[in-house]
Amino acid sequence: MTLKEYQLVLADGETFEGEGIGAALTDDGFAAGEVVFNTVLSGYQEVITDPSYAGQIITFTYPHIGNYGVNAADDEASRPFCRGVIIRDLARRQSNWRSEEHLDDFLCRHGLAGIAGIDTRRLTRHIRDRGAMPGAFGPADHATLLGAAQAEAGTAGVDLVSLVTTKEAYTVGDGPRRIVAYDFGVKTTMLRHLGEIGTVTVVPAHTSADDVLAMNPDGVFLSNGPGDPEEAGPIVDELPKLLGKVPIFGICLGHQVLALAMGGTTYKMKFGHHGGNVPVQDSRTGKVEITAQNHNFAVEAGSVPNVTETHVCLNDEALEGLVHNDYPAFSVQYHPEAGPGPHDSTYLFEEFAQLMDDFNGKAA
Amino acid sequence: MPKRTDIHSILIIGSGPIVIGQACEFDYSGTQACRVLKEEGYRIILANSNPATIMTDPTFADATYVEPLDLSILEKIIEKEKPDAVLPTLGGQTGLNLAMELQESGVLKQHGVELIGADAEAIETAEDREKFKVAMTEIGLDCARSAIAHTMDEARAAIEQVGLPVIIRPAYILGGRGTGIAETMEEYERMAKYGLDASPISEILIEESIKGWKEYELEVMRDRADNCVIICSIENLDPMGVHTGDSITVAPAQTLTDVEYQKMRDGSFACIRRVGVETGGSNVQWAVDPESGRQIVIEMNPRVSRSSALASKATGFPIAKIAAKLAVGYTLDEIPNDITKKTPASFEPSIDYVVTKIPRWAFEKFPGTSGVLGTSMQSVGEVMAIGRTFPESLQKALRSLEQGRHGLNADPAELTLDEIPTEELTKMASIGTPDRPFQLEALLRRGVGIDDVFEATAVDPWFLDQMLMITEERAHLETLSLDTITRREWRRAKQLGFSDPQLAYLWNVTEEAVRAARLAAGVATTFKTVDTCAAEFEASTPYHYSTYEDSDEVREGEREKVIILGSGPNRIGQGIEFDYCCVHASFSLRDAGYETIMVNCNPETVSTDYDTSDRLYFEPITYEDVMDIIEREKPKGVIVSLGGQTPLKLADRLPEDLVLGTSPASIDLAEDREQWNAMCARLEIPQPAGGTAVDIDEALEITGKIGYPALVRPSYVLGGRAMEIVYDDDHLRRAMAELAGFGSLGKEGGLSAERPVLVDRFLEDATEVDVDALRDHTGDSVIGAVMEHVEEAGVHSGDSACSIPPTSLAADTIAVIEDYTRRIAEALDVKGLINVQYAVKGNQVFVIEANPRASRTVPFVAKATGVPLAKIASRIMVGSTLAELRTEGLMREPVEGDHVAVKEAVLPFNRFPEADAVLGPEMRSTGEVMGIDLTPGLAFVKSQLAAGLQLPTDGMVFLSLADRDKDVGVEAARIFTELGFTLAATSGTAAALRVAGLDVAVEVAKLGDNDGENAVDLIERGDVKLVVNSPRGRGPRADGDHIRSAAGMESVPLLTTGKAALAAARGLRDWKAHRLAVRSLQEYHAGVSIDALEAHRGDN
Repeated sequence: MTLKEYQLVLADGETFEGEGIGAALTDDGFAAGEVVFNTVLSGYQEVITDPSYAGQIITFTYPHIGNYGVNAADDEASRPFCRGVIIRDLARRQSNWRSEEHLDDFLCRHGLAGIAGIDTRRLTRHIRDRGAMPGAFGPADHATLLGAAQAEAGTAGVDLVSLVTTKEAYTVGDGPRRIVAYDFGVKTTMLRHLGEIGTVTVVPAHTSADDVLAMNPDGVFLSNGPGDPEEAGPIVDELPKLLGKVPIFGICLGHQVLALAMGGTTYKMKFGHHGGNVPVQDSRTGKVEITAQNHNFAVEAGSVPNVTETHVCLNDEALEGLVHNDYPAFSVQYHPEAGPGPHDSTYLFEEFAQLMDDFNGKAA
Repeated sequence: MPKRTDIHSILIIGSGPIVIGQACEFDYSGTQACRVLKEEGYRIILANSNPATIMTDPTFADATYVEPLDLSILEKIIEKEKPDAVLPTLGGQTGLNLAMELQESGVLKQHGVELIGADAEAIETAEDREKFKVAMTEIGLDCARSAIAHTMDEARAAIEQVGLPVIIRPAYILGGRGTGIAETMEEYERMAKYGLDASPISEILIEESIKGWKEYELEVMRDRADNCVIICSIENLDPMGVHTGDSITVAPAQTLTDVEYQKMRDGSFACIRRVGVETGGSNVQWAVDPESGRQIVIEMNPRVSRSSALASKATGFPIAKIAAKLAVGYTLDEIPNDITKKTPASFEPSIDYVVTKIPRWAFEKFPGTSGVLGTSMQSVGEVMAIGRTFPESLQKALRSLEQGRHGLNADPAELTLDEIPTEELTKMASIGTPDRPFQLEALLRRGVGIDDVFEATAVDPWFLDQMLMITEERAHLETLSLDTITRREWRRAKQLGFSDPQLAYLWNVTEEAVRAARLAAGVATTFKTVDTCAAEFEASTPYHYSTYEDSDEVREGEREKVIILGSGPNRIGQGIEFDYCCVHASFSLRDAGYETIMVNCNPETVSTDYDTSDRLYFEPITYEDVMDIIEREKPKGVIVSLGGQTPLKLADRLPEDLVLGTSPASIDLAEDREQWNAMCARLEIPQPAGGTAVDIDEALEITGKIGYPALVRPSYVLGGRAMEIVYDDDHLRRAMAELAGFGSLGKEGGLSAERPVLVDRFLEDATEVDVDALRDHTGDSVIGAVMEHVEEAGVHSGDSACSIPPTSLAADTIAVIEDYTRRIAEALDVKGLINVQYAVKGNQVFVIEANPRASRTVPFVAKATGVPLAKIASRIMVGSTLAELRTEGLMREPVEGDHVAVKEAVLPFNRFPEADAVLGPEMRSTGEVMGIDLTPGLAFVKSQLAAGLQLPTDGMVFLSLADRDKDVGVEAARIFTELGFTLAATSGTAAALRVAGLDVAVEVAKLGDNDGENAVDLIERGDVKLVVNSPRGRGPRADGDHIRSAAGMESVPLLTTGKAALAAARGLRDWKAHRLAVRSLQEYHAGVSIDALEAHRGDN
């Protein structure tokens, strides 16, 4: 195997040397996007296929990636939407009874480029100190890469949802309730959980409230998704029409658009939360959940009128969850479905089921 | 939830002596617990019989009981101190078992003491295998098929149901003693019987064998609000079948998908909840079928364990400290993460490096043992290494072991594998042994495919491929040279963990040349930080490891820096005592205003706790690694004389002006036989006659002059490696041949003109004496203590019991010894500690050897006398004088009082049933205990009790004595008779006893004589309560060996020297007359008079 020498250049000029992995780039080619880091120790496949990473290049802080290969069951979407992956070391040989494919083959198959051999700790510290920023990597020369990084729009003020949302509505699951799920970039694991409590009609992000209500759902679910909640399409204007009429549960981007619809504000974080080890406290019970998280934007604490803030991140006090004081609507910033990540918060799907049952007078 | 205010005082039970399966890690956890709970304002009462520990330093607890860890003794401590609570989960299996005994005997209830951390029911559910299995099945976790047996009949019935092969595990046993795999009925019968005997409750578990499966461990913490977190996942390189303590283990888990990992995590939480460990740390062990992914829960420890220590060091998350806080009521979210300061402890560490742990064994000390690893733990220590990738951390760990290896082969020792045919090598690698990693690499290097190696060894293909990367890199490096290698190639080699000595070997150049060329090419070490969070947050704790990356994270210091080199992995002869010294130096120098930098690679220790020193480098202690740190930190100096032989060996190669304390030249002078002899002659200090030899002819020439018996020993080794007493020419030839061979000793340096063998006249029946002393650069000196050994000269000082103050030496003899010591210290220009060993025969004092460094006895002396020798020594090394330290108050006079402290060694013979349980010049003990009381006899009895030797108070004493021991043995027998014991003896001994007018109830025949009962029959029948058997020569299958092994099998107390028998007899006499009272070190250090001795009033 001959090495393909690549460079990674961030928009501020910080440069790293590595080697190409995954889909080949042409000699003057590059991949560009906002560079973020994720601290999970396992679950690289789920992270790479999480549509919320649209527009971003994912740095894995754990040095060995690809150890257990890739298998179809663990995909979070039909394909990756991220722009590239940055790793320290790509496993040459994978080993796991579930493995169906080598990670490098998987990246090639999906046309996704990556760079390996990077001092990812240096990169992570840089992003931690300076904030997430655009970058570009590839065999192209330094000037080209720097130019590409600086030309990259980042994620603030960019519509990424329309890239990842489903074009057509479809149905999954066979649970007893009727759930309409807005797809802003929904993860398969999320739909698997919802499918256990309801029969889920997944609809495109731009679906109107009227169309949703016409389906006569027991509940509406707002999925995760990439980028800036302010650019998530018409949903923020549509949601007020649903509030109070049907129970709503939002996760991640779904949480942010719900908060915006309720009159709250969102902001872009310095480098976001991307990992599987984030402590969140339920302020109602004091209980701590270890959560999977993946967000660069957050809802401003105290900005949303007439809600109770139910969850807070213990690392930095970011708002992690809220429930409306009058309407049957709640949301969390983190990922209770996990995939990858801990299962501490799956109870929220039960709570959603309970909320739907209570609201619809079908309390068991 | 805030901390509990309804409890005020807490008893912490330590783990006692270092034994296989229970080492420094519990000093680490106990020290942490004492520290944080004291900070929280609780009164801390500590019980631990091990004086070498840091936790038993009187400053760590309010009342420190260095007393035997025995139910009756703990009951006395509880009666006296009336603690509100007992914390049993930080003192290993010993602490846990004692807590259970206290509970079951009703002591806790009677005194209103609460068990915190884990209650009795939880402990029982986790420890009782049947209950554990029922509990796990109840919550839907998969377990291996199994059955329980309490008798051989039950065992025979059980095997019908479970089917061979099976694994047999005795209940309530630490470190897996008595555990084994049986593949045939014959093996099954034998192992079931051994297991039933080993278990204190005669219970064994018979389980389907899952040998070859993948093995994992998760470290769990839970608080009383039921928050649970995983601190670390660990994957074993060695598949199931090798005890996890004997396995190479890697953190984090490498080959589990997130789906599988989360399932294991959920299962681990379900397990800790069901078992009912309310707060604290536990570890859950899992086996995974590589074919199907089936996960089986193996066991859980409801306490902080060896793996917890490893997980703490591997992640930076201080499990023991947090467990202690949780036990008093805090919840995880209320405790800040020390390292980030800003985030709470209620999280799961993420790491961005790979940690590899490799055990270290001591098979060479136990002739007759197979060296095969199994389900019973046999290692005596371990190393941990951190690298950015597995290959880097593996190679760093291998060179940390200090067994002459510089990494994964690519060093001279690899040649020993070259001769072995591939088929045989494959077979060898399929069995777990210390050499397995090297065998695996050799197979890969020969081109054997990963799949074939996996087939034979069950080592996961991912690990094998990572090793293959090292192998392929080596092949590439062999095509290069110092002149042709590019910067990128340098970097790649170093990133894969190649050490400079490996490269030197591959290129046939010197290590120095490699280093110079590498640095010239601009390829220098970068230091990264262990921060619990993969760099997501800024770390305030400088806990570093080396790697070869772009950026370095070491911050500049503010104060003058001192580097302290630690002692590396625990081994026989070098263990916790040296960690104690290093830690004390760090505390003392920090107090004096220095920035202290610790370098060590042993994850069990207090020294590798990130808050012991200002900076911690978790690194191998080799020239290359140490120089890299020195060049980065630019310290005022380096302390090499407190960590045992490990750092001392580097003294010569480090920049001379940086070596603090006694100069390398003086260290050499003490080791170099000719210079040393000349010095002794000049000082007019007598030595036993002797000389040095590099071959058998020279050795014979020496013994021709000095006669036999002679003591033969290699130079520059610790713990009496390969030391032997020889009685004739043939014996001498055998000993020399062994030394010259490229055996285990070869790995430690071998035999050469630079490292000759020392041959000395052995003084029979002499009393051995050890002295620890201090001297400063002005020539002022202080005698720390004069210690008289209980066993005669010839038993290694580390294996011998010894007493402070001396019990039989005349005052003028002691004065001579002190005078010699000061003169030797002066002549060697010692700046710090010196240990001198003497043999006293009659009234004449001979010097045996001097070591201008910290000795194994330093912590014992400190506990006995209250003088913190190591702290003082470290200050002397940076230039303070004893006078200054006296003024400062650090240097105190030894405490007044009438107490006697006896140190006793603890030997691991029960782990090595094949080895002869006899003491000799080669050290074989793993740990030590101290007995302290107001008479030598009581202190001795306590030391024996603490060492696990329950001396009988009545019954039959069996004596079989070597001729040289007969006088002292008769004296002992006389006391035994006075105390009401009956005597049994072999014919020769019986004759001697009868001549002395003593009654011998039973006289036994020699083994093999058909007429009459022999000693083994007598012991096996259970009639004998104490065996005194001193060896004659070293015949492997001599009578004495059978007697000793019978005593071992029947768990009859065994004493192997006449002097020990006499000490025991005197102790029993004192014990009959006086109550065994408990007193804390703080009391002793304030001075306790003999008047405090409480006499029995005849009421019992």
